[in-house]
Amino acid sequence: MAVLRRPECLLLTALLLFCWPYSSSALQWDEDLNVELRDADNATAETSLNKQGNQTEHAPATIDTLPIVTWKWHHVEAPYLVALWVLVCWLCKLVFELNHRVTNIFPESGLLILIGFVLGGIVWGADKKATFALQPTTFFYYLLPQIILDAGYCMPNKLFFSNMGAILVYAVIGTCWNAGAVGISLWGCYEGGAMGHLEIGFLQFLLFGSLLSAVDPVAVIAVFEEVHVNEVLFILVFGESLLNDGVTVVLYNVCDAFVSLGAAKINAAEIIKGIISFFVVAFGGALVGVIFAIILCLLTRCTKNIQIIEAGFIFVISYLSYLTAEMLSLSAIMAITFCGVCSQKYINVNMDERSVNTVRYAMKVFANGSETMIFVFLGISAIDPAIWVWNTGFILLTLLFVFVYRIMGVFFLTWFLNKTRLVPVETIEQVIMSYGGLRGGVAYALATVLDPVKIKEKNLMLCTTFLVIYFTVVLQGVTMKPLVKWLKVKRSAQSELKLIEKLNNRTFEHTLCAVEDICGRIGDNWWIRGWNRFEQKWICRYLMKPSARKSQDYLFGVFHQLNLEDAVNYVSEGERRGSLAFMRSEDAASVDFKKKFGTDMSDIMPDIMVNTDFNGLDVSMSSVTRESVPSVSLEIHENDTKNLRNNNDVNVHHLLQQHLYKSRKHHRHKYSRSHFSINQSEDEVQEIFQRTMRSRLESFKSAKMGVAPAKKISKHPQKDRQQKMSNGKSLDKSKAHPYGDEDFEFSDGNSASGGEAATYQTPYATRSGIVNRAFMPEMDTPPTMRTPPWLSQAETDGSVAPSQRAQRSLPWSPSNIRRLAPLRISNRSTDSFIMADVVKPPENPEDRNSRRDET
Amino acid sequence: MGSRGSTLSKIPNVDKLMQETGFSQAHIIRLHDRFRALDNDEKGYLCPQDFEAIKELAMNPIGDRIIGAFFAQGPQQETVDFNSFVKVLAHFRPTDKNRPKESTSPDPINSRTNKLKFAFQLYDQDKDGKISRDELLQVLRAMLEMQVTEEQLESITDRTIQESDTDRDNAISFEEFRKSLDKVNIEHKMSIRFLR
Repeated sequence: MAVLRRPECLLLTALLLFCWPYSSSALQWDEDLNVELRDADNATAETSLNKQGNQTEHAPATIDTLPIVTWKWHHVEAPYLVALWVLVCWLCKLVFELNHRVTNIFPESGLLILIGFVLGGIVWGADKKATFALQPTTFFYYLLPQIILDAGYCMPNKLFFSNMGAILVYAVIGTCWNAGAVGISLWGCYEGGAMGHLEIGFLQFLLFGSLLSAVDPVAVIAVFEEVHVNEVLFILVFGESLLNDGVTVVLYNVCDAFVSLGAAKINAAEIIKGIISFFVVAFGGALVGVIFAIILCLLTRCTKNIQIIEAGFIFVISYLSYLTAEMLSLSAIMAITFCGVCSQKYINVNMDERSVNTVRYAMKVFANGSETMIFVFLGISAIDPAIWVWNTGFILLTLLFVFVYRIMGVFFLTWFLNKTRLVPVETIEQVIMSYGGLRGGVAYALATVLDPVKIKEKNLMLCTTFLVIYFTVVLQGVTMKPLVKWLKVKRSAQSELKLIEKLNNRTFEHTLCAVEDICGRIGDNWWIRGWNRFEQKWICRYLMKPSARKSQDYLFGVFHQLNLEDAVNYVSEGERRGSLAFMRSEDAASVDFKKKFGTDMSDIMPDIMVNTDFNGLDVSMSSVTRESVPSVSLEIHENDTKNLRNNNDVNVHHLLQQHLYKSRKHHRHKYSRSHFSINQSEDEVQEIFQRTMRSRLESFKSAKMGVAPAKKISKHPQKDRQQKMSNGKSLDKSKAHPYGDEDFEFSDGNSASGGEAATYQTPYATRSGIVNRAFMPEMDTPPTMRTPPWLSQAETDGSVAPSQRAQRSLPWSPSNIRRLAPLRISNRSTDSFIMADVVKPPENPEDRNSRRDET
Repeated sequence: MGSRGSTLSKIPNVDKLMQETGFSQAHIIRLHDRFRALDNDEKGYLCPQDFEAIKELAMNPIGDRIIGAFFAQGPQQETVDFNSFVKVLAHFRPTDKNRPKESTSPDPINSRTNKLKFAFQLYDQDKDGKISRDELLQVLRAMLEMQVTEEQLESITDRTIQESDTDRDNAISFEEFRKSLDKVNIEHKMSIRFLR
């Protein structure tokens, strides 16, 4: 702890101080409750505590006078304690994460266990008794499901299923081997007299072996996530740990049943039954999971109207699958794993994107939270002198056997698997795999469930389990990272998403299928293709929304995702360098208004003329004249305005704040439980409508004056521009920019209209592509005057510019504007527009029509 | 044993073939059986029609390209004899790290570069050493079928080319192709398990 610096120390002390009072306050309730808590396997802490709360609360007390406030500790005790413990555990994590130097060396899981010791010590110091311990019920029903669900839901599906065979071999055979070998060897040593006298029979040893055989996913994820080994190795270890939890529990139950039966009654039939039960329980659990996954997918197909709670369904249904499997005495862990694994693909496309994010984050919160709690409580629970029974032989031999048999099992099974594997698991990877056999919460919980009546040496087993857990999680966890580095295990390649890689993957798949066909043999790819076809044809039809099915092509999805990323990058890049306001057509337009009428306005706003070349206008003008692309113009913008910005920005912001978009800035905060605020855009629609009207009037005016604001479209082909790009990225940015491309297609070389008019018109017409399009069909100006840029471009240029497609899908389609605008005209915001009262009052349709009649 | 020996003896240069491709005797025999099954009229070589008779291959979106690859190994080949048939298939043999490479042939057929070359020629139909925009577009069109519009296809194509096109000639050369797939485990993805 010497590494901790001051803030961490402070926090730590605060934490300790903080948990002192209530750990001592627990004194009062532990007498009557603790017995209940510790014994009751079926009753959870909550329910038993609630009982207590009810007793005290519902006793009608005779009162003399009306109490203003009363102290109701017992009323809230149970939930309060739970909440406090959650808080404490998370604060522990917070303390460690403050300093990454510690977590770099020491894995978080180990640290959490250590702080669990400290907390447990405090509790014990206050109570002289282990008040809080992790109850198996709490563990299995409230802490474990979300971790497993998260693991299943975030599982890299393709990798998982393509390595399914190996994972199953490790999980089933490996686990059975571990359980059997450890149990039998311990029994052999016991018979050989290595541990003195213990009241443990052969079956009990097997039971003990089975509970220790589980590689714990929680611990494995915690350690391997920090190590970043290559994905195949990760999926092997992780998949194994996930599935063998289920297997262990099954194995444990079978052994437990054998112990209950007693050695005398066990015959061949019972053993066969046990084996059958093992497979039925494990695979039945998986089946329950698949069934619930299907239900979940079907449900998310029709949750469109209740988007806010659709994320909740994932949790509820998955949890139900867990409970259902538990109810049917099938493997609950397998059930929830498969529920997550099978449903993820379909629910992710069925649900709204925001819901998907919600699910992801919420799941991580739950999983990480309970993972933290499990580790802390693994520490706390150990501080109980009652359970510590020392037997050197037993404990050391267990540690040895667990370690050795894991290695043997992994090497043997891998040797076997490597005979058929396409990519063999290398020796170094095998070392890591066997070294990564971390035991954790499941083993502990199973050890706690042991019935002290049937198993006399429960405490010895419990404390040995503790030691195995500490040995593996702390010692192996700490040494894992150096080992991985030292052995030079292939790390995961952090590669960015690339379209060409995905495209080639697709090509490879087809190629391999074709080659298999040519060879005339049924191989892996044949099965994959068969499954894909089946999925396309049947599963997707029933489990996916029709809309999701259409836009489902994977390559296109990747493309879309890349474009989204670029758009986000573009924005953040732009923001770092300054405002992106110039992207807004409206802003550019407003600036032009200022310029045009600047002279008229100079008395009202003296700073306008100074500002004519600030952000928006500057960029648009400079880029127009230089005919460069927006991504480049960002830099130009930066260079040009670097010195101007300081004083200009102040003015500009002042100006904008004074006169622009009040309605947007101060949009009403509506409270709604079922919708996020969506109505922001309506104001914008209105604004756009008003601007459209204005621009139209301007063009009419000039037309009337005989000045044709003709826009010539300079047709420089796409390729030219592409080659001007400095790199691929910048082009992508320009694609993502909805208006960008068209800005520079125009040259405002119109000699007829005055310079003033030209500068006014150009960015106006070009920037706000929406504006033009919105009313293009109604306009009676000659078509030569304003050829719609997208049309003329499409004619002249064979290749279609991406931006035009982007524009086509602009949020405000012409019909929208036309439909919305007249409705909202009554509550227009005249104050928001700078030129509103100078030029003429904002238009409405009647006005416009009359004006058209005039012309 | 007798039948095995007789099958092998029918194949010319079988030892050289085995050494070049790395296939075992069992593989060669199996492939030879297949070869004869494909060769309908016992002509001793395969024509494109023989390949087209494979039903699944006809449904493969890039099936014709793969058939083409068999005929593209030599200059203007119209037929495929057994040796070139095996050699093409040897591209898909998994690379084995344990077995030391024969010092005589520094670059076996199933090396990473050769696997990549095979993939590259599936795109490069006019064999000018470059995947042009049109060539890429054709492949994409075949593989994406009707799930996306033509415009989307074109923008995907453009984007794909940009990703790897370092010299900006709007085409992907083999070097660019190789570089852009640096991180992909080609040895894994271009290998078939049963050819091991």
